[in-house]
Amino acid sequence: MRAGLYLLFVVLVAVLIIVSATVPLHSLPQLFASEPDLAWIVVTELRLPRALLALVYGAVLGASGAAIQALFANPLASPDITGATGGAALGAVFAAYIIGFASPFGIAIGGVAGAGVALALLLLLAGPRAETATLLLAGIAISAITGAGTALALALAPSPFAFYDAYAWLMGSLVDRSLPQLAFAAIPALAAIVYFARCAPALDRLALGEDVAESMGYDIVALRRNIVIATAIGVGAAVSVCGAVGFIGLVGPVIARRLTTGHPGRAILPAALIGAALLLAADIAVRFAPPDRSVPIGVLTALIGAPFFLWLVARMRWSVRP
Amino acid sequence: MTARLMATAAAISGRLHACDLAFEAGTVTMLVGPNGAGKTSLLHALAALPPSAGEIRVSGEDIRSLSPGRRLRYLSFLGASRAVNWPLLARDYIALGLPPGASADRIDAVLQSLDAGTLAQRRLDRLSTGERSRVMIARALAPGAELLLLDEPCANLDPRWQLAVLERLRAEAADGAAVIVSIHDLELARHYGGRVIVIDKGRIVQDGPPDIALSGDILASIFGVVRMDGRWKPA
Repeated sequence: MRAGLYLLFVVLVAVLIIVSATVPLHSLPQLFASEPDLAWIVVTELRLPRALLALVYGAVLGASGAAIQALFANPLASPDITGATGGAALGAVFAAYIIGFASPFGIAIGGVAGAGVALALLLLLAGPRAETATLLLAGIAISAITGAGTALALALAPSPFAFYDAYAWLMGSLVDRSLPQLAFAAIPALAAIVYFARCAPALDRLALGEDVAESMGYDIVALRRNIVIATAIGVGAAVSVCGAVGFIGLVGPVIARRLTTGHPGRAILPAALIGAALLLAADIAVRFAPPDRSVPIGVLTALIGAPFFLWLVARMRWSVRP
Repeated sequence: MTARLMATAAAISGRLHACDLAFEAGTVTMLVGPNGAGKTSLLHALAALPPSAGEIRVSGEDIRSLSPGRRLRYLSFLGASRAVNWPLLARDYIALGLPPGASADRIDAVLQSLDAGTLAQRRLDRLSTGERSRVMIARALAPGAELLLLDEPCANLDPRWQLAVLERLRAEAADGAAVIVSIHDLELARHYGGRVIVIDKGRIVQDGPPDIALSGDILASIFGVVRMDGRWKPA
């Protein structure tokens, strides 16, 4: 049953990659007929990197969301709601526009550092097993600071075009990214996902209580530190390439746990697959915007994710949580 | 089987003074003391929870050196919290506490022994606190560990289930486990404890058979109560 579901999601993600690489379809056959070399370049250097970027970004958001939720013992934790995504965007913008480290590596370092600082601040403010209200308030505060900081950094940047990039940084964009940029996002993201998957048994035992998990021999302090670092690296590097995209890291794990009968650790890999499928689908959907208009991908994920978030809050509000 | 359990708990952030304790298999040891006396700190130290230090040996094995899978065969711990954060089935919750390779039949057996077989397929977050407590106790018993450490297992249970749980723990001891339980009910401690350790202000002030450890002087000086006409009264 579980293997079948995994297979189904893998097939779904594969189909979405193919669709993503070929949509909008109507222009491709003409291009292949008239200029096959150019058409090939469009597919391999524009559309495929974009699809793969959606794949790895969605996957790392889903997996890190599942890991953070397991760590905080709270289904409302996610990279964006905890401020990690916003922190990464601020770090990347600061590195690129203020300090002048505009190389992909410099921006990635900025993103990782920004996400790390945001998560460390959250742990400091909300504590390791945060109550929902505390977690949300701390996350809102950090997100507000990082959002304002990103806008301010772009407004004050020496480059006259910087302010126009604010949209992409705050709402995310997968458009016109190169293969090297894909590599800068994908390698840290995949490394983080592999690490999260290795933590699954410990994160499942954490559901028994932190003291019980520690009595079994799991080093929870090290686990917490390492997951924060892995999230900062995986999400930070992806945000430095694609900007901040919200709610995938919240929605993916919640759906995944339905497939893993509530196990927070076992949900990590399914959450990665669901996150990848969601972001790929969102990226395909934004291409159907009216001509000469562009809809940032983060707007679409927020349109779907925010009501889902409200539903989660309402469900927690009305259910008895000891 | 007999197991000699050596435990050395170092001072824990001012809550517990250093102590050397040995626990024999086959005995239920009751930890009693006023609120904040250090019962939970001592259990945490015996479970090798940070920030405690010191050597904990069970059947000659240094607990801190054992991997998570192996440690469960020697030591099982029940914390004081009954909170659950994820909608796990009771059966899945208990399975998470089993060592690798352990038979899932243990889950049904231990639930049946606590008359909780009907809870196996129910979500933990939808159980009453008392039902949840029984599932959590079942989780602690399921690995069949040699050293059982239980922090207030009788909390949230009605009198019938308090007795049932303590009878079950007595049976675990009879099967060769060393059982260490923190408890507030001094009558239950006296009745079910083969040994009673009285803790006050982080120090072990009495350690011995129940009648000696819970003498009238101790009850008056440590707990501030006396037993008169079958009732507890302030000393």
